[in-house]
Amino acid sequence: MVPLSWYLVLSAILFCLGVFGFLLKRNIITIFMSIELMLNAVNLSFIAFANYWNAHAGQKLASGREIVGLSGHVFVFFVMVVAAAEAAVGLAIIIAVFRTRETLNVDRVNLLKL
Amino acid sequence: MTDNLQLWVIPLLPLVGAAINGFFGRRFKNSMVSTIALLFTAASFGLAARAVMMAWPHESGPHMTLPHIETLGTWIQAGSFSAPFGFYLDQLSMIMVLVVTGVGFLIHIYAVGYMSHEGGFYRFFAYLNLFMFFMLTLVLANNYLLMFVGWEGVGLASYLLIGFYFQKNSAADAGKKAFIVNRIGDFAFLIGMFLLIQHFGTLNYEGLFKTIADGHYAPEAGWGFLTITALCLMFGATGKSAQVPLYVWLPDAMEGPTPVSALIHAATMVTAGIYMIARSHAIFNLAPHALEIVAIIGCITAIFAATMGMAQTDIKRVLAYSTVSQLGYMFLACGAAAYSAAIFHLMTHAFFKALLFLGAGSVIHALSGEQDMRRMGGLRKVIPRTFWVMTIATIAIAGIPPFAGFFSKDQILGEVFASKTAGPIMWVVGVITAGITSFYMFRLWFMTFFGERRPDAELGDHHLMPAPVAASSHGSDDSHGQDDHGHDSHGTSGVHESPWIMIGPLVVLAILSFIGGWVGVPAFMGGHNEIEHFLAPVMDSGSAAGGENVPIVKVLEFATPPEPRPHNEEWMLAGTSVGAALFGLFFAWLLYYKSPGLPDKITSKIHGLYLVVLHKYYMDEGYGFLFVKPLLALSTIVFWKGIDQSVIDGLVNGAGTASQGIGNELRRMQSGNIRSYAAWVAFGGAAVVAYMIWLGVR
Amino acid sequence: MVHQVLFIIFGLICVAGAVNLLVQRHPINSALSLVVVMASLALIYLLLGAEFVAAIQVIVYAGAIMVLFVFVIMLLNAGSEERSSGSRMALLIGVPGVLVLGCLIGWIMINNNKQLGGVSIAATDFGETHPIARLLFRDFLLPFEITSILILIAIMGAVVLGKREG
Repeated sequence: MVPLSWYLVLSAILFCLGVFGFLLKRNIITIFMSIELMLNAVNLSFIAFANYWNAHAGQKLASGREIVGLSGHVFVFFVMVVAAAEAAVGLAIIIAVFRTRETLNVDRVNLLKL
Repeated sequence: MTDNLQLWVIPLLPLVGAAINGFFGRRFKNSMVSTIALLFTAASFGLAARAVMMAWPHESGPHMTLPHIETLGTWIQAGSFSAPFGFYLDQLSMIMVLVVTGVGFLIHIYAVGYMSHEGGFYRFFAYLNLFMFFMLTLVLANNYLLMFVGWEGVGLASYLLIGFYFQKNSAADAGKKAFIVNRIGDFAFLIGMFLLIQHFGTLNYEGLFKTIADGHYAPEAGWGFLTITALCLMFGATGKSAQVPLYVWLPDAMEGPTPVSALIHAATMVTAGIYMIARSHAIFNLAPHALEIVAIIGCITAIFAATMGMAQTDIKRVLAYSTVSQLGYMFLACGAAAYSAAIFHLMTHAFFKALLFLGAGSVIHALSGEQDMRRMGGLRKVIPRTFWVMTIATIAIAGIPPFAGFFSKDQILGEVFASKTAGPIMWVVGVITAGITSFYMFRLWFMTFFGERRPDAELGDHHLMPAPVAASSHGSDDSHGQDDHGHDSHGTSGVHESPWIMIGPLVVLAILSFIGGWVGVPAFMGGHNEIEHFLAPVMDSGSAAGGENVPIVKVLEFATPPEPRPHNEEWMLAGTSVGAALFGLFFAWLLYYKSPGLPDKITSKIHGLYLVVLHKYYMDEGYGFLFVKPLLALSTIVFWKGIDQSVIDGLVNGAGTASQGIGNELRRMQSGNIRSYAAWVAFGGAAVVAYMIWLGVR
Repeated sequence: MVHQVLFIIFGLICVAGAVNLLVQRHPINSALSLVVVMASLALIYLLLGAEFVAAIQVIVYAGAIMVLFVFVIMLLNAGSEERSSGSRMALLIGVPGVLVLGCLIGWIMINNNKQLGGVSIAATDFGETHPIARLLFRDFLLPFEITSILILIAIMGAVVLGKREG
C-alpha cells in the first residue's frame, strides 16, 4: 500500500520543477519541454486518483452521481491529445520565429519592449 | 366692479422693446431703434394712465376698489410659503408708476437726440427699456420677492448703463462699483425678507400687512424683532438710494451718459429705496427705533452730501451730490413717519432733478463735451432755451415758492419739526442743508451761465473730435463721435443750442417743475394738500386689504401729530426755510457773480478744510483701505493662490500625475519580455490555486 | 512492500530526469532527459494499473511528441544556451510563488495522509482497453469528436505557420 499522498507529492514536485524550467530557462524549446513536463505531472495525478476511486468504488459524489474510476484514464487520453496538438502548433511557431529572429533565445524575442 | 386691468402688460411692453432692440437692433437704423423704444415706452405710459383713470376715486365711488390686485399664477410654492406673480395697484403705486413711465418717456425722447451720434445706439435703448421693465416690476409687484426681482434688475440695468462706454476703464469700474455696493444693501434686504418669512410666513403685501394689523402689535420699545427687520430693510434702501454709508457709487455713476444719470440716478432707480420704505410703513411704524435711525441717516446724508456738492467743479458731480442730498431729505421724511411727504418730494424731485440733468446734458452737448464748470461761463446768451429751463429747475430745487420744490421740502421740514422720531434738531440741520443746496445750485447757475465767455480756443474745434481739451477734465464721457453735428445753426463759433428733440422734454419737465407742487399746497396756505389725502388710505390704514378705509389701527399715535399745528407756527417754519434758500442765493451771487475772486481767497484761508471737502472727506479712500484692500488681499492670497491654485489645481493636476504614475507602473507588465509574462502567468496561477485550497480547507 | 520499493525507484528516476532537464545547457540533453521522465512515468502508470494509458504514453508522448521535439532541435541546430539577462520578474515573483504553492500542496497532502488512504496494485480488469473504449465512445463521445476537430485545426495551423514566405 503506497499512500495516495506520495503520488500526489511526486506530481507536485514534477509540476514545480516544470514551472521552474518555464521561468528560468532561456531556450524557447526548453521552455516548451518544461510545459510538457507540467502536463505529465498532472496526468500522474489523474491516474493516481483513478486508481483511488476505483478502489473505493460505490462512493457517491455530493451531486448523487457515481464515480467511475476509468474516467480519469479517459481524461489523461484527452490531455495527451491536446498536448500533441499544442506541441505541433507551438513548434511551428518557434520555427517561424527562428526564421525571422535567427535566435532561440527568448530574451531576444522582445520586439514589444518599449 | 373690479375689472382686470391686465397690469402685467405694463412692465412687459418695455421688455418686448428691449428684446427686439437687443436681439435685432444691430441691423436696424437709428430711427427704427428709437421708434421701437419710444413706442413701447409710450404704450406703457398710456396703459398706466388708463389704469389710474379707472381707479381714480370719483364722487360716486371709484370704478374699482383699491388696492387692486392681479395675480398671474404662483411663482414659488415651498411648503406653506408661496410667492405669486402678482401686481398691486394702490395710490402709492399709481403715483410711482406714473412718475416712472412719464418721466421715463420724456427722457427716452431726449436720449434719441442726445445719443444720436454715439455708437451702440441700439444697445443703449435696449438697456434703457430693460431698465423700465425692471423698475415697473418693482413698483407694481404685490409681494416683496417680486419687488426684489425688480430691485436687482434695476441694479443690473444701472450697471449696464453706467458702464455703457465700456472701453473706458473708469466707466467699467464705476459700473462695477455701483453693482457691488448695491449688492451689499441687497444682502441686508434679503435678510429682512427672510425675517419676514420666518415670522409671518408670507411676503405678499396683502397678507403681511393684514397679519400685522390683526396682530395688534404694540410699538416696540426696544430692539425687538420688528425693529431688526425694519433695520435690515432700511439698510437695503441705503444701498439703492445712496445714503450713508452706501452712497459712494452714485457720484462715480456719472460716468454713464447723461440721460442715464437723469433717469436712473435722479428720477427712478434711486427712489426705489424710498418707495420700499413707504410700502413697508406698517412695519416701520411699529419700530420707532428704526425710524429714528432712518431719520438720522437721512439727516446726515443730506448735509454731508450738500457740503461735498459745494466744492465740486464738474457739473454732473454737483448734481450727483445734490441727488444724494435730496434723497437724504426723503429718507428723513420717512424717518419722521411722514411717508406721503417723502413720496411728494420724490415726485417733485423727479421732475426738477431730471430737468437739471438733462439741461446739464444740453449744456455739455452745446460745448461739445466740456463738463468742467470753471471752463464755462456766459452761456445764457448763447443757449437761451437751455438757460431758461435750467433757471426754472434751479429755483425749484432751491425751494423757493411757488415752484414745486418749495411745497414738498416745506412739508417734509414741517413734519420733521413736529415728529417724535425726528425732532427740531434735525429740522435745523434740514434748514441749513436747504441753504447749502440753494448755495451750490445757484453757484452752478452763475458759473455756467453768467460771467465772461471763455475764448472758444479752449473748447476745441468742434469739427474734430474734441478729445484733447475736454478729455483732460474728468474724462469727458460725453464726447461725441468724430462726425460733425447735424444741426449747424452756429452763428456763434462752436457753441450751439440743442435740437428741439432735446429741448422739448426739457420744456415739459420745466412746466411740471413749476406746477408740480401745487397738488400739495398745505392747509395753512389755503390749499387742500391733495396729495396727502390721496395717499392717506395707504398710509394710515394698518392693513392694506380692502379698499375702503378700514378702521384706523391705533399704532401711529406718535407718528403724525394728532392735533394740527397753529398756523403761525407753520408760517414761521415755511418762512425760515425760504429764508435759508434766499441766503444761499445771496452768497452764491456774492461769490460767483459780484466778486469772482472771493472764492479763491476763502479757500486759501481754509485750505485744509477745503481740501478735505474737495476730496469728498476721503471716504472713497477710507473704504478702499478698510474694505477693498483687505478683501482683495484675502481674495488673492487665500482664494486664488491658496485654494484655487493649491487645492483645486493641485487635486486636478495631482489626479493626472497620479494616473500617469500608476500607468507607468502598470506599464511594466506589458514589457515585451516573454520571461516576465511567464512569471506573471505562473504567479497568477499559483494565486488561483492557493485561493481554491484556502476555500477547500475552510 | 514491493509496491513501495518500485514506486520509490521510479519516482526517483522521474525527479532525477526532471532536474536534469533543468540543469542541462544544450536542449538536446534536456529533450532526452524528458524522454527518461516519460518512460518512468509510464512505469508508474503500470503500477497504478493503467495499462492502456501507459502504452499510449510511450507510443504517443515519448514516441511521437518527443521525437518531434528532437527533430526541431536538430533542424534548427540550436546550440548551447547563452547567458543573457532575463527578466527580474521571473526570479522575483515567479519562483517564490511556485515554491510556496508546491510546499503548500505537499504539506496538505502529507497532513491528510491518513484520510486519503492508500493505493494498491489494482485488480487485473482495471484499466483495460475495452472499458476505456466503451467510455470513450459512449459517454465521452462529444469531447472525443471535438478533440479530433482540434487536431485537424492544429494540423492546418502548423502547415500554415510552417510555410515559407512567397
